[in-house]
This record gives sequence, structure tokens and C-alpha cells, in this order.
Amino acid sequence: MPEAIISHQERFGEITFLARREKISDFLRFLHDTPGLSFDHITDITAVDFPNEEPRFEVVYQLYSIKNNHRVRVKARVPEDDCAIDSATPIWKGANFLEREVYDMMGITFNDHPDLRRILMTEDFDEGYPLRKDFPIEGRGWRDTFPFLDEYDKG
Amino acid sequence: MDATKENEEVIGIDHYGEESDGGSFPATDARGLLAAPRGARRVEDMLLNMGPQHPSTHGVLRVVLELEGETIVKATPHLGYLHRGVEKLAEDATYTQIIPLTDRLDYVCAMTNNYAFVRTVEKLLQIQVPERAEYIRTIVSEMQRLSGHLFWLGTQALDIGAMTVFFYTFREREVLLDLFELLCGARLTVSYFRIGGVDRDITTEIIDRLYKFLETFPAKVEEYNTLLETNRIWLARTKGVALISAADAINFGLTGPVLRGSGVNYDVRKAEPYGVYGKVEWEVPLGKNGDTYDRYFIRVEELRQSAKIIKQCLDQIPQGPFAADLPMLTYPPRDKVTNDMESLIHHFMIATRGFEVPEGEVYSSIEAPKGELGFYIVSRGSNKPYRCRIRPPSFIHMGAFDHMARGYMIADIVTIFGTYDVVMGECDR
Repeated sequence: MPEAIISHQERFGEITFLARREKISDFLRFLHDTPGLSFDHITDITAVDFPNEEPRFEVVYQLYSIKNNHRVRVKARVPEDDCAIDSATPIWKGANFLEREVYDMMGITFNDHPDLRRILMTEDFDEGYPLRKDFPIEGRGWRDTFPFLDEYDKG
Repeated sequence: MDATKENEEVIGIDHYGEESDGGSFPATDARGLLAAPRGARRVEDMLLNMGPQHPSTHGVLRVVLELEGETIVKATPHLGYLHRGVEKLAEDATYTQIIPLTDRLDYVCAMTNNYAFVRTVEKLLQIQVPERAEYIRTIVSEMQRLSGHLFWLGTQALDIGAMTVFFYTFREREVLLDLFELLCGARLTVSYFRIGGVDRDITTEIIDRLYKFLETFPAKVEEYNTLLETNRIWLARTKGVALISAADAINFGLTGPVLRGSGVNYDVRKAEPYGVYGKVEWEVPLGKNGDTYDRYFIRVEELRQSAKIIKQCLDQIPQGPFAADLPMLTYPPRDKVTNDMESLIHHFMIATRGFEVPEGEVYSSIEAPKGELGFYIVSRGSNKPYRCRIRPPSFIHMGAFDHMARGYMIADIVTIFGTYDVVMGECDR
């Protein structure tokens, strides 16, 4: 599927593909279904925030093939203004919770996700997305009023 | 989801032909339910909240159960009660400072958490660990697996109602934890691993005591089995409970004994041997049916296999350094720190400033007692990770919870929690 791939590299013995966001669903489906590849095991889905780059977010899929014992990493860049990507839940049911966590922590929405809610933070949490780089490590909201947190900032 | 809203949604009246509008009662029902025609049956699923303060949830897990009678129609886990933001904290800590944070993920198996983390950093730094350190690491991880599985066996039996097993397994677990204390001064939050090696050398006293422990341990495993293996209550509560097929288990991303219980041969120690797992002989036990009994069987068999691995490691362990000789990355020896000015400064620099890690991204995983524990670290060349993602087996196992709980009885819920060996510290991070 060359049309879905922007670039690829191999480092530390790990293969990484950078895929087009629009094609990510097809590409993951291709990796899952093609007999020689058969990446049947979803190891992890996560996201990284690069606030000074465009597109800002990077969604990272770690895939593993139990049959062939090999791994691959697929990445797709997601811009801040249209912060959405297709869900991998139709391919791997295990993607459900992982994508919910990415949504919770980074604020990236997943199209056609069956149950996209916050998972680790409370559902009424409105202070933002904790793992974004512009989210302060001591938190926002009422915790800002704690006196010891000011001290922490000075250090 | 809002519990009251969910409750309204599941209330339906089955004698009305039209589609339920989900939330409110139909207008025709304004007269009240008493006016329902004779013989009409009102079906209402019951919503039962379980946890977060419940002894069998192994931490603070809350599950909202939708019940039809005693049968579970849907189970929605609500996670996050133990969320401490370890991934966020890790972005503001140097690489050595993250090691104590990893202890607190799966707090009953801290050694393997340390191992997964330091191995990832070492992969990023591309450094070699001395052979003796590799042996020590394998030994302590297998000791941790023993103590983790013993902990699981005791608590799982306790949840099901067999109290005695708990006392038996904790007796052996104590011996292992005492050895950890002798090794590094802590029993649970060990922080024993260092980037490039381990904190201190394994002493002959520990080796002797471990040999002695391993002599009697196989008989102890038999002892647990005599309590459980053919116990009718144990069989009734575990056989055929929380079934998952091999295809579903793979699709859900399950790992560890939960995946192997369904007969899938995937163990990181065999698939991508690390440490000295390639140099010792052992087997991966596999289940057939994918039920709780098979997972119990696998964990008990892993006790035997781990004991075998430790025994071989103790026989083979070579002399040599226990940490790599890389002054930029590793602490100076402890006796030098207390006697030598330069070493003290050296120690201080590594402890406070850490070291710079070259740019790159790396994923590496190990077989923790719960399953595949992975770390994905993105480095931008500073002394702190740019992103430190933890791939927690417990969290991913909870994703399959609804699938595995449907159709079973309320009383089975504790078995289904237990079958994953879930630890909420790791699940919520």
C-alpha cells in the first residue's frame, strides 16, 4: 500500500512507518489482513505531542504478529485544528480502551469509536488534556491554589 | 456514563410494540405501570454498582453491572481511581528518577517494572549489561514472578472462598520478600535495577538461602494443588468461567497467562529472549479452554518453571561486575562514595542531573507476571524523556472485561476480576 505511506525508517531494529492520516484505517486493515504480515495483536496505541511542529500530534500504533513474531510501529500525524483520526476498533477490539485513553490524555478524537469517553480522568474533568505539553505538570483548576505548588514552580 | 441516564435507557416495557425511545416512558403509559394489561411482564434490568471500595477488586476498581436477574448483561468498568499521572511525572524526571516511579505501577511486582524500564533506556543508549548483571536480573524477575503468582493464587482462592490457600502461599512469598529485603533493603518498592546493571551484587548468603528455598518449593506447589486441583468448589467456580477464545484473546491484545490460557503460544521471554532466558531450559505452559481454571493451571505451572529457571541461573551465574563500567551513566561503587570526594560529586551529578540520552524512540517489552509490560520512550536528547508511555497489561486486560463477563452470574464477577491478576496501580498508572 505505497499510497498510504509517507516515509519509513528502521532504527534499533524497529521498523516504523509514517502513514497518511486519511489512509490509516486502510493501512492498518492491510497490515492486519495480509497473510504474510498478519499483525493480529494490537500491542499499544498512544500519542505524542509536538507543540512546535505541524501537524501537532502523532498517534503511534505498536503492532505485533503472533504468527510471524515480528513487530511494526505505525505513526500518523494529526493536526490540532482537525484533531481526529479513524478508529482502529473495527480491526482490533482491544483498540477500544487504548483509544479512549489517547482521547482522555491528548484530546484526539477517533471517528466511529463505539464509546469515546474519558477513561482515567473523571468524566466531568474540564481542565484540558493532561498529557499535552501545554498542560502544567501540577495540574490546573483548584489545585493551583495550593500554596506549596507555587514553591514548586520557583524551583 | 451517567448512571441514572443509563438506568433509564435499559428500562423497557416489553408489551409495547413500538420502538422504545430510550429515555422516557411512552405517553400511553401515563396511567402508570399498574394499568398494564393482565399477563404483561415488565422487564427491567437492574443496575448494580460494584466498587470502588470492594475487597475483591484488588484495589479501587468500579464496575457498573447491568443485570437480568442474576445474569450479567453488561459490565462497564470505570477506571482511573488510582490514576497518579505517572506518564506525565516521568516527563519531568530524569531517567534514573523514573525507576522509583515504575515501582509503583504494579506494586506487587516492582522488579519486573524496573526491568522493563531500564531495558528500554538501555536499548536507547545502546549499552551492554555485564553478564553477571543479566543473571541477577533474570533471577530477581523470576523471584518476582513467583511472588506475584503466589500472591495471585492466594487472593484468587480467598475471593472464591478458600481461605487456607492464602496462608500457604503467603508463607512462601514472605521468604522471597525477605530475600528482596536482604538484597536491596526493600520488600515491595525495590528500585533495585539501575541503568547499566543493578544496585548491588547478589551475596552468597542470598544464593544459599535461595537454593534452600528452591529445594522445598516444588513440594509446596504440590501442597497448593492438593488444596485446589480437585476441590469441587474450586472446579465449579473456575471451570468454564470467563471463557475467551484464542482469536478473541489476540484481537483484544491480551498477553501473559490470560492469552496463554486460550492456547496461544506467546511469551516475550521465548519470542524475544532477553536477559539469560535464551541460556536456560524451560517450557511455556499452555491452556486449552481459555477459562479461569486453565489460567490457574498455567500460573501454577509457571511457578514450577520459574523455580527451574532460577535454579539454572544460580548454577550458571558467573563472577564479574554487576553494573556496566560507564561512568557517564552508572553510579560509582557505594564504598567509594563515602570515602572519596570525586565519587561523591559523581554520584551527586548522576542523581540530580542524570545523563543525556540520544535522540530517538524505542519500544521494548518484557514478560511481567501479568503479561507484556512495555515502555515506549521518545527522547529528544535531553536528560528527561520527551514521552514515556507505559504499556500496561492490566489496563488492556480490563478492555476485555465486558466481553468476558457477559452471561455469567454476579458471583462470578470476583473470579473474573481475579483471573486477570489485575493490579489497579498499573491499570490506572
